[in-house]
Amino acid sequence: MTSSTHESAVLSGLLDTDAIRKDFPVLQRLLHDGKPLVYLDNAATSQKPRQVLDALNAYYERHNANVHRGVHVLAEEATALYEGARDKVAAFVNAPSRNEVVFTKNASESLNLVANMLTWADEPYRVDAESEIVITEMEHHSNIVPWQLLSQRTGAKLKWFGLTDEGRLDLSNIDELITEKTKVVSFTLVSNLLGTVNPVEAIVRKAQSVGALVVIDASQAAPHMVLDVQALEADFVAFTGHKMLAPTGIGVLWGRQELLEDLPPFLGGGEMIETVTMGSSTYAPAPHKFEAGTPPIAQAVGLGAAVDYLTGIGMERIAAHEHAITEYALERLLEVPDLRIIGPRTAVDRGAAISFTLGDIHPHDVGQVLDEQGIAVRVGHHCARPVCLRYGIPATTRASFYLYSTPGEVDALVEGLHHVRNFFG
Amino acid sequence: MKLDSMYQDIILDHYRNPHGKGLRDGDAEVHHVNPTCGDEITLRVKLDGSTVVDVSYESQGCSISQASASVLNDLVVGKTVGEAQAVQEAFLELMQSKGQGEGDEEVLEDAVAFAGVSKYPARVKCALLSWMAWKDATAKALAEHPATD
Repeated sequence: MTSSTHESAVLSGLLDTDAIRKDFPVLQRLLHDGKPLVYLDNAATSQKPRQVLDALNAYYERHNANVHRGVHVLAEEATALYEGARDKVAAFVNAPSRNEVVFTKNASESLNLVANMLTWADEPYRVDAESEIVITEMEHHSNIVPWQLLSQRTGAKLKWFGLTDEGRLDLSNIDELITEKTKVVSFTLVSNLLGTVNPVEAIVRKAQSVGALVVIDASQAAPHMVLDVQALEADFVAFTGHKMLAPTGIGVLWGRQELLEDLPPFLGGGEMIETVTMGSSTYAPAPHKFEAGTPPIAQAVGLGAAVDYLTGIGMERIAAHEHAITEYALERLLEVPDLRIIGPRTAVDRGAAISFTLGDIHPHDVGQVLDEQGIAVRVGHHCARPVCLRYGIPATTRASFYLYSTPGEVDALVEGLHHVRNFFG
Repeated sequence: MKLDSMYQDIILDHYRNPHGKGLRDGDAEVHHVNPTCGDEITLRVKLDGSTVVDVSYESQGCSISQASASVLNDLVVGKTVGEAQAVQEAFLELMQSKGQGEGDEEVLEDAVAFAGVSKYPARVKCALLSWMAWKDATAKALAEHPATD
């Protein structure tokens, strides 16, 4: 890929990316007069393998129908495919029951679903003016704004964990933050900006000790590591399909069955009912209670195919690959003069998203000059503006890796950053 | 080489040595942000009758947004509000030209260097940030101190 592949050979734990990359048509693209695409924006969205694209096509070409309605062949096939995807997701996250897997359109909707359920819930779940909600300063806006709305609508107090200078959660005041008043604690498993992997157990233990519900945003975890909802011991886990090789428009909310049974619906409509009269309705059991209207059927089928693809390679092996790439990338990035990593500087308890600033050069300019070399990174505040405020920076450049990322792409990034410095120097 | 069409030397010069930067006395102040990238500007307009006597600003952002604010200061200070608005409209038209416009150098002077930026939809907002702030601040200043001539 570039001239400097000398160190690449020494990395251990790498996947056979030559073979994997052949499955991803877009990775063959050449940009800007023949430069190979170096796609390092995986924390925003992943690319899609042919197996997922084929599943989408096959669904529309052979099986398309609405689900859970009608008795014709296509309706039954579509239903089996859609519900089959639920089985695959349930197995992927080690859910005790397939009925605990609710399909949504993305992680934002999953988190909003929980926040809204808690607004309308009866005791003991109800969030009211006496309650407190705890989040963290490193959340994506999708795990901040729904709780702000819940707080504004109910009068509940919103509190949050701060961050250490190294980009980790500051748990030193956990006993003041999580108290008897806390009704819900919601936090990200892996930060989309800092890359930090959070200490789930310490937070869950404390939350359980006061009887608070635990919600985990696993959007940046599900694509990259083994996700076991039983081991997490959370009450709800949210993630999205498009960051894990699936199409856009499909997300997941896993919730403990008893909670899904007890809590009220979010959206009303077709699919989520048992019986309807003009005066009132009764609701279908979970998960259908939370899936009003025609769901994203093809997208769910695509998510099922993505789960098959990831499982076929193995999430442990994917995590090991990304760990090796991240370690190498951190080491090489720190060679670039004036480069400041925002987040942990070692690969310990760290995901594959690396944010940084480059002297006074604005990330927009960094991204533009990298793009000219075929390198796709994300620039801006990454929907986590409070993190930027915390570290006193307007924005960052972020490179984020995935199972198809190579050490050669890290080299290309580093070379590109030298070019950026020369350009604006 | 497409990059050079965006990052013209004129733009980089204005970025490195911005004209009129810093907040000074004004009749109206606005704060505009570009939510997609975090660029921000606080801008003040000082009018004397219908003449723009100063445009002062504090801003943070990319080279395009910083250079654009500097060029704005060059172009509108000393003009009447009407003349300055004509420049602003010409700049807006250039930025919306999707790479097709060249801009009238008589009207836009250094600002024609931004023609290349109009090819990059994600960057047009950067170039327009200060100009939209100026338009807003001027409307506010006029509302508070209507021009008499």
